[in-house]
Amino acid sequence: MIAVWIIVAIVVIFLAFLAGNYNGLVGLRNQVKNAWAQIDVQLKRRHDLIPNLVETVRGYMTHERGTLEAVTKARNVAQQLSSAGAGERGKAEGELSVALGRLLAVAESYPDLKANQNFLALQEELTSTENKISFSRQFYNDSVLKFNNKTQMFPSNIIAGMFSFKAGEFFEVTVPEQREAPKVSFT
Amino acid sequence: MWEQIRSNQIRSAVLVAAIAVLLLLLGYFLGLYFFSSGIGGLVIAFVVWAIMSLIAYYQGDSILLSLSRARKIGPDDYPRLYNVVEEMKIASGLEKMPDVYIIDDPALNAFATGRDPSRASVAITSGLLQKLNRDELQGVIGHEISHVKNRDVLLMAICSVMLGTIVILAWYASRFLIFGGMAGSRRSSSRDSGGAGAAQVVILAVGLILMILAPILAQLIYYAISRKREYLADASSALYTRYPEGLASALEKLGASTQQLKSANQATAPMYIINPLHKEGIKASDLTSTHPPISERVRILRTMAGGASFSDYEKAYRQVHSAGRGILSTAAVSGAGAVSVRPASPAEPGGVESVSEKVTRTREVSDVMLRLNKYRTVDCTCGAKWKIPPGFPDDSILCTRCGRRLKI
Repeated sequence: MIAVWIIVAIVVIFLAFLAGNYNGLVGLRNQVKNAWAQIDVQLKRRHDLIPNLVETVRGYMTHERGTLEAVTKARNVAQQLSSAGAGERGKAEGELSVALGRLLAVAESYPDLKANQNFLALQEELTSTENKISFSRQFYNDSVLKFNNKTQMFPSNIIAGMFSFKAGEFFEVTVPEQREAPKVSFT
Repeated sequence: MWEQIRSNQIRSAVLVAAIAVLLLLLGYFLGLYFFSSGIGGLVIAFVVWAIMSLIAYYQGDSILLSLSRARKIGPDDYPRLYNVVEEMKIASGLEKMPDVYIIDDPALNAFATGRDPSRASVAITSGLLQKLNRDELQGVIGHEISHVKNRDVLLMAICSVMLGTIVILAWYASRFLIFGGMAGSRRSSSRDSGGAGAAQVVILAVGLILMILAPILAQLIYYAISRKREYLADASSALYTRYPEGLASALEKLGASTQQLKSANQATAPMYIINPLHKEGIKASDLTSTHPPISERVRILRTMAGGASFSDYEKAYRQVHSAGRGILSTAAVSGAGAVSVRPASPAEPGGVESVSEKVTRTREVSDVMLRLNKYRTVDCTCGAKWKIPPGFPDDSILCTRCGRRLKI
């Protein structure tokens, strides 16, 4: 009789362990998905803001055609790749960030532009969107790290293997140019 | 992060339980004394507590917001503030955007409220909003959002309600004792057995001691919980923003101000980023403060060289205190990987200017004015700039800074 109870107890403990770990994994996977959606929202917002910015700036920056074209081109490339994987997309968005950073740095030397209310509002929106992108990336990567730790660490890795939870991919924005400071010329 | 919250919850739960035990003991002994039944006292204590809790739970945030005369703002009213709150919401992984409020008061402060993360509000005084640059504002909002994320608001509400109940019970009991003392003693003398009389004396003594000590003890525990949560919120803010310097320099500005917030009181004090009731010249490091001293919080944040994780905060805390015991739980500190600090944001147009910028601008303007009045300028090699008034007789002047003779 006692043996039966012990077996029952072991089965119950095992099931509880299974359920706890499984739910934990699902929760983390959903958090990763949610965090990815958050990045997506912010990147889309940036793509939407850029044509507006280029239109506002064009009239003032007649000598910066190259800079403006670089931003538009980087934006179009990034938008085309918006359904690609994290790695490829990160590269395109990184290039857009660099081009945009250069444009905003150049804008500093146009006093008329800096007095334009429309431009100031756009600049605030863009600065904030850049921050939101990096914060959502930060949260996404933290979530992926937690999820990956759980899928690879004992004992939850057993459950992850049983139900085929796959490790997530980090979202890195890595462009070689990004390590250099943007070149600004005040002429 | 979750480990952090969980283990802090256990520690806080012990302290909350201590306040609850105090409340129950007080109720029991007061009941024994006044109605000769401990259960009756327990019931009264429980009813008072339940009513206050229900009000605090369902109306607490709106009461607090209307008491502090905060008004709700949208994304178009204060774009920078709204954006920064949204940035911190994203960084902390909060599901829902908190409501943003402004308090029109020149005093510098900010607080967060809301019983759960999906019904949160963040409020900031207009004075503080004006004083802070973007990085500093991020630090302050990160601190407030982490109060929401770590469920400090709910915890502090539970504690302050219990503390309030204890204070109310003790106050009424002491009034009854003073004005109704005769009735009590007559009732006890009508009973004849000596054993019951001795028990009465013991109960009276315990009741009296509890009546005096319970409010004080409860308050000390309340302060202890509050200070612990402030450190945790600072550490979380550094982790969210990846930039401890932002919060550090914001705290410095907050600490330098001497204005008291008009609409704050003792009960709502732990909700604010710094103690709104602080007075000049009083050191806040003693036990009877809701917040750790600002200078110490700044020092810890500045000591977090090169890292923004909880373990960096923990290390900095130990360094500042030169003590073996840290402030955060070990599970949280060991769990996270290395986190690096991001660089400062570039200076923003229309933002806060530093003093040197103002000085150079003033100098430029005065130079223009002098030139208009036909002054001539001579630059010395030591960096000084001499302004020569029109009609100056000599053809050279002595630079009083370095002693060279300058030709005009």
